[in-house]
Amino acid sequence: MSFERTQEKLKILADAAKYDVSCSSSGSNRANKNKGLGDSTGMGICHSYTEDGRCVSLLKILLTNYCIFDCAYCVTRKSNDIKRAAFKVQEVVDLTINFYRRNYIEGLFLSSGIFKSADYTMECLVAVAKKLRLEENFNGYIHLKSIPGASDELMREAGLYADRLSVNIEIPTEAGLKKLAPDKNRADFIKPMVKVKNEIIQYKAEKKLIKSTPKYAPAGQSTQMIIGASGENDFQIMQTSNYFYKSFNLKRVYYSGYVPISYDDRLPKIGSEVPMLRENRLYQTDWLMRFYGFDVSEILNAKHQNLDLDIDPKLSWALRNLHEFPVDVNTADKRMLARIPGLGMKSVYKIINARRFRRLNWDHLKKIGIALNRAQYFMICDSNQFERRDLSAEKIKGLILQNSTSKYTKTLSNQMSLFG
Amino acid sequence: MQEKKLIYDGTFDGFLSAVFYVFEHKLNAVSIVNEFVVQNGLFSEDIIITTENEKANRVWTGLKSKLSSTGSFQLYYTFLSEQAGVENILLDYMRYAFSKSDKKIDKDFSHPSVLKIAQTAKMVGREKHRMEAFVRFRLTKDDIYFASIEPDFNVLPLISKHFERRYADQKWMIYDIKRHYGLFYDLEKVEIINMDFPQLFDFTKTDSDYFAKQEFEFQRLWKDYFKSTNIESRKNTKLHIRHVPKRYWKYLSEKQPD
Repeated sequence: MSFERTQEKLKILADAAKYDVSCSSSGSNRANKNKGLGDSTGMGICHSYTEDGRCVSLLKILLTNYCIFDCAYCVTRKSNDIKRAAFKVQEVVDLTINFYRRNYIEGLFLSSGIFKSADYTMECLVAVAKKLRLEENFNGYIHLKSIPGASDELMREAGLYADRLSVNIEIPTEAGLKKLAPDKNRADFIKPMVKVKNEIIQYKAEKKLIKSTPKYAPAGQSTQMIIGASGENDFQIMQTSNYFYKSFNLKRVYYSGYVPISYDDRLPKIGSEVPMLRENRLYQTDWLMRFYGFDVSEILNAKHQNLDLDIDPKLSWALRNLHEFPVDVNTADKRMLARIPGLGMKSVYKIINARRFRRLNWDHLKKIGIALNRAQYFMICDSNQFERRDLSAEKIKGLILQNSTSKYTKTLSNQMSLFG
Repeated sequence: MQEKKLIYDGTFDGFLSAVFYVFEHKLNAVSIVNEFVVQNGLFSEDIIITTENEKANRVWTGLKSKLSSTGSFQLYYTFLSEQAGVENILLDYMRYAFSKSDKKIDKDFSHPSVLKIAQTAKMVGREKHRMEAFVRFRLTKDDIYFASIEPDFNVLPLISKHFERRYADQKWMIYDIKRHYGLFYDLEKVEIINMDFPQLFDFTKTDSDYFAKQEFEFQRLWKDYFKSTNIESRKNTKLHIRHVPKRYWKYLSEKQPD
């Protein structure tokens, strides 16, 4: 491996891959075998964090940034005048192994621009994963991109070596996709997703009968959507997200605030702010759907098409549903505890366990670590002090905002004035 | 009654032997202190505890029957926090555990000692996880992947398995500079070792006298990668520092000046 050449390529192809936000290395169950290298049975590990605060868990690179497509939102688009490069299979293998041995990474996240054809590109990605698994006995984490339009046969092979596969649908609606990436269509994204979903189900079923059935994409599938590039509202975004979770059993949907990279007038101008606060609210909604037992329609629906930026989506839901409160933390069931603003699932777990020993009062709850600033208006406990005034939703919101400082205060005042 | 002070040797078995002594003599006004931090008290009677594995095991077995598996590892994690006075919180916790015959108390988060131990164990767990993340191996000339750490808590015993499973085909060593001991894996098993380093040895420097030539190249590539993967327009230094507190920077290759 020539050091200088590799160095140059790495700079180009890591830079081009950084807009893919997924960096998860969890959820697999690949154990070290035959005293080889690596193990992916534990929880995911972030080995470092970029200066923008994102986790660095995997060596995230493109195999090449040559691409035959011209999607407006993508930095690698054909018409963009940038330096191009391509790794050899062996170079990616060497980088992965040597970074892994130094405990820099949990594994590899390999994506690619599409060169020649979808199948040819997918074949190259599979070749890297295959070499790592079969020749290097590497048991670290491998995340491969499913190339839209790749054949079923290649997708089947990919899943045998990768822990996770993902296709980024990028644009939340079909209309938006037509506008920004006219050569692509939704069906091409969905085809490999369906294939992988079916294979996962089949391999799992076979594994129950025959123990030696190999693993197939044990960490499942994920996808990503760009936020704020094509004018969708939060309702549309979360409906799409919900559809993908339900229809393809996805492990994760990622939301990526659009980083302006083009002078194309179909897109936000270069220099416009990345919608990070909105992105954060979407993730909170995603969590409420997946872990807190909310149905997406409770949070976003025809009447409420956008999330509030100044308060979190659970608080916003609670303020619209004051008739469900106050909740008695000493008797309420888990579902309702999880709906109290200011209580995370860890606090819910602690409350449920602790109340078996004694009735809980404010002091206990404070020490357990719940955010009383928000929670106090929505709950009662073993105390005769509680909110007795019949406060309106606006009043409660005002009181909560008055007593809190958001890490987004600066962004908030900027972004609010845009809509004001 | 005069308070009794039980002085033990700093080991977990030593601590459990002291606990055995407390129960054996039905002591109430008592505190347990590590011999390395003990101060002479005017108003207490010092008792030196000898570590006896058999007694320690009896206490540990008894505890395990009174706690869930999470409870017993939280207890051990908390011990490894080495925080001042932690022995007495642990003692209080154990007394509470032994006093209840009907239920396991380790999830009673409304009890001060139980909550404190759950929280301390979480801190130690976080440090363990950080070390699994922030250890940076550097390849030495004699083919050993070497890393030095200075964790806030004594987490080497907790991370051993993780690295043994993961790096089964390379020799490696993780050395705790603060506590002067390390783990060494020789392709067969992990051993606890003590080493003498040359005087003025700078652990943060990769010196070509000791480290392999290719080590410099891979550090360079990793630093370049780290830089390329950053998105300038999303810069968020506060968040960055919260995830990677500055005290860990000196051992992270990507954080070294060019």
